[in-house]
Amino acid sequence: MIGAFKRFLSLFFGDLFKEKGEVKLGLYGPPNGGKTTLANRICKDWVGEEMGRASKIAHETREVQIKEQIVIKRNGKELLFSLVDTPGIATKIDFEDFIKDGLKEAEAKSRAKEATKGVIDAIKWLDDMDAVIVVLDATKDPYTQVNITIIGNLDARKIPVLLVANKMDLKKADLKHVRAAFPQYEVIGISAKTGEGVDELYGKLFELRKKALKRK
Amino acid sequence: MARKRGLLTLQFVPYVDIERLASPDRVEKLLKIVKDEKIVLLEGRLKSREEAELIRRTMEDIDDSFKGIEISPVTQGSKEELAFFQRIRAKLIDLLLGDRRGLTIIGPASIVKEIRKDPDKIQLLTEDVKKK
Repeated sequence: MIGAFKRFLSLFFGDLFKEKGEVKLGLYGPPNGGKTTLANRICKDWVGEEMGRASKIAHETREVQIKEQIVIKRNGKELLFSLVDTPGIATKIDFEDFIKDGLKEAEAKSRAKEATKGVIDAIKWLDDMDAVIVVLDATKDPYTQVNITIIGNLDARKIPVLLVANKMDLKKADLKHVRAAFPQYEVIGISAKTGEGVDELYGKLFELRKKALKRK
Repeated sequence: MARKRGLLTLQFVPYVDIERLASPDRVEKLLKIVKDEKIVLLEGRLKSREEAELIRRTMEDIDDSFKGIEISPVTQGSKEELAFFQRIRAKLIDLLLGDRRGLTIIGPASIVKEIRKDPDKIQLLTEDVKKK
């Protein structure tokens, strides 16, 4: 009887509650694309504190980090979501690269080991995402297998996705190149570091959430 | 991982060899060949989820000697680039061949420095292992 009543409520008011539902928004991409810098930007803007540490050395984020209950307010509307910052996905991790970046051998090996676990976790978390922002480095070639695999996997899982071409503050950034690589997706140019384009991104997040709630 | 110095081995894997395998078994088979320091030329392509699984399994196996993989599917140009009749032909080929279409190159990261895609020519830049 209670079950039937719940189904009745859900039938008539389900969508109403869904609109207020919280979505899990993932940040995915290759290492050093600026995922954590963007996560910090979002958290600073709407929560008042940073989420994690960003670094020039790849694989700085080696564990999935979650910030819950973020509320973005825009034009009288509110967007509630949990932000999931994931480690960068790579097909190879060489501890010697970290040594070249100035780390000592033991530290480099430990970082490499943690980075491999981070990639595994990021892949495992794919199934838990309601929507994803793929953070690409606009100064680099977008036609990489990692980018294609990430986007292909989101598509296969029917997870709504928004592509951002980050680092638009840098001279080498080429938004057109990124857009040409993924013509079937909307790509927004931003600089998580300076804040350029981030306001447009916040607007797009409302659309992304709508798609995510429809999919739920 | 014994590799004869200076010898680069390419192993062709026809689609029939993996056709009946479940996804995890496909990944294991390909990864085993790559860990033997061979470059795999796979007829066809992996599904997106299989590519992710291949990356996940690769990460599990990374150590001081195995640094990971390079992977690159080689297929005809994107559908947007093709003329009308070529697009119809590509769709027919997709329909008939599915995942069998194209070629996927998977190699050990330590050997393959870069895999360049070209519809007519596949160029593999490899480390000069003799110099090591």
